[in-house]
Amino acid sequence: MKLFCGIDVGSAATKAVLITGSLEVQGRGLCPSGADFSAAARQVFDAALAGVGAGEADVEAIVSTGYGRTNVDFATARRTEIDCHARGAYHHFKRAITVVDIGGQDNKIIQLDAAGKCLKFAMNRKCAAGTGAFLEEMALRLNVPIDKLSKMAENSAAPGVSIGSYCTVFAMTEILSKVRAGVKTEDLARAALVSVAKRLLETQAIVTDIVATGGVVAHNPVLRDILKEILKTEVHIPPHPQHIGAFGAALVAASEQKE
Amino acid sequence: MSEKKLEQKKIASVKTFKKIMADHFLQIDAAARDPGRKVAWCTSVGPAELLQGFGFEVYYPENHAAILGSTRTATDYIPYANAAGYSPEICSYLTADVGAYMQGFTPLTKVYGIEKIPKPDVLVYNTNQCRDVQDWFMWYSREWKVPCVGIETHRGVGAVTKVHIDSIAGQLQDLAGKLEKIAGHPLDMDRFKQSVELSRRCSELWDKVLRAGTAVPSAITFFDGTIHMGPAVVLRGLQVAVDYYQELLVEMEARVQNKVAAVAGEKHRLYWEGMPVWGKLRNLSMQFLELQTCVVASTYCNSWIFNQLDPDEPFESMARAYTELFIVRSDAVKEDYIARMCADYRVDGFFYHNARTCPNNSNSSYGMPQRLTERTGKPHLVIDGDLNDLRCYSEEQAKTNIEAFVEQLAQAT
Ligand code: SF4
Repeated sequence: MKLFCGIDVGSAATKAVLITGSLEVQGRGLCPSGADFSAAARQVFDAALAGVGAGEADVEAIVSTGYGRTNVDFATARRTEIDCHARGAYHHFKRAITVVDIGGQDNKIIQLDAAGKCLKFAMNRKCAAGTGAFLEEMALRLNVPIDKLSKMAENSAAPGVSIGSYCTVFAMTEILSKVRAGVKTEDLARAALVSVAKRLLETQAIVTDIVATGGVVAHNPVLRDILKEILKTEVHIPPHPQHIGAFGAALVAASEQKE
Repeated sequence: MSEKKLEQKKIASVKTFKKIMADHFLQIDAAARDPGRKVAWCTSVGPAELLQGFGFEVYYPENHAAILGSTRTATDYIPYANAAGYSPEICSYLTADVGAYMQGFTPLTKVYGIEKIPKPDVLVYNTNQCRDVQDWFMWYSREWKVPCVGIETHRGVGAVTKVHIDSIAGQLQDLAGKLEKIAGHPLDMDRFKQSVELSRRCSELWDKVLRAGTAVPSAITFFDGTIHMGPAVVLRGLQVAVDYYQELLVEMEARVQNKVAAVAGEKHRLYWEGMPVWGKLRNLSMQFLELQTCVVASTYCNSWIFNQLDPDEPFESMARAYTELFIVRSDAVKEDYIARMCADYRVDGFFYHNARTCPNNSNSSYGMPQRLTERTGKPHLVIDGDLNDLRCYSEEQAKTNIEAFVEQLAQAT
């Protein structure tokens, strides 16, 4: 079997996706990126291969992406996560879309035309506000396991609670003062997710449907409704949103092979 | 993935460049230690020609601050100025320079064996760069108890009118009166006019050098420009700068003639708007080289072209040159200028450096990138960073953005 692999070494997690020449997904891998990016890349690659029962020799091309894209020494090419998320999302929604990727350390907004070409993109600027790192801080402050944040937010009965500042540190002190004032944890969990959506709102004007990708969306399903409400547009979530970058990289691997 | 080994195309004239820059610093150092000679500090687009007319040795602290930046020592010294009340949000040339002085450091020691920056007899500014230069010079004025005088510019200028010129020319005349007292002798009119003439010739040659970037492939990069503009900043008004640019121009013309590319395999051409990130010049230039993308032109390098200078009307022409400058103009004029540059240099996209501590040289905060993209059809990228304060710059983010921007350009072709 001829396979193509994409490896997305993100700041928080490393993902691998294996596809065939006809672009069918065969296997996936996922592990924390940790401090050794090449080891994480190797680990997800091996895990994905093992899942398919294939060997390295079956893989025709490997494209790396993400923060650690240069650390994947066995990759045959590399692309930015912007390009890969765009390709991965477009594969599932072939029309003019805006890809919104909320990652561990950064957010990306990528506007694609109907043919899937990037018209413009922007990343969050200067700080971690509105990213996965921000939510982790929030969860810590609220003493909620990060994977429970979304569930808690769903139970919020006071959607009007909000966090005003966009500096993560200021947001923390704001949370503290709200905790002191007796605001419920569920409402603060929701406010944290709303804050993520607001940071996106100010990054770049959004004029099409959104396709949301990345680990934060994967782990916080409630975010979809919040994005819809704040950004006032339809929000689609592709299958396996956390793996979209790696999937896009695999698509590049397959397409380059064809050329 | 195996990485190709890339090499930057060397400019042979750099040998002369290094020599004349060394001579410049050594000469000022000697003048500062000689009680019979006088030193003036001058802002980079200050009235240098007038100072030369009085026989001052002219020193440019912005250039010194850029050396702090390019030697990556600036970020070590900025905090000392911050602690003394000069905010991390203001000009990091100022804070790096003042902070380094407070700590008794200058990069000139390592490069030229010069112990300390030259103590001036007068500090002369033109606020056409910004208000920060005035604050900066005032700090030294208080420190050394030396006079600080200058020109207050017009800002947001649309069409340059006689009113603008008369007011600046008038200020220059007044300034001459003050300088006469400090120099202890009247202005040498012949020398002044000669300096204006040499400054103009320097400008014309520098302009031609930069126009090597209009060639396809471009013979020069923005990164080359940031280095080789040195004499246009600190030696304008002197014969040595004219000689230097004649030499450099011959080299650039030969490159253009032989289609020598500054960036091998040039695929994309960009315009750089804003200040350089001095501490990352090499990294950025290597990244663009790897991406086969040439930054062919910039507002910054073109800001030291003063073709308006005319020895027959020294005061008025200086007033005109230093008022028609990009930095003091209205957004509409700036946009026309950049759009023209985009066409002349056949650029595929715009790169804006949003320098945290220099809003004066950052034009991405009031919708200009979006307007110019709309007008020219060329995409843009805005990178947050700083000229000197590397605490404000995320290299990883910048790298990814640049790489993704080039991917976007590749899709468009
Ligand atoms: S123009 Fe910018 S970099 Fe230059 S002195 Fe002023 S604030 Fe500093």
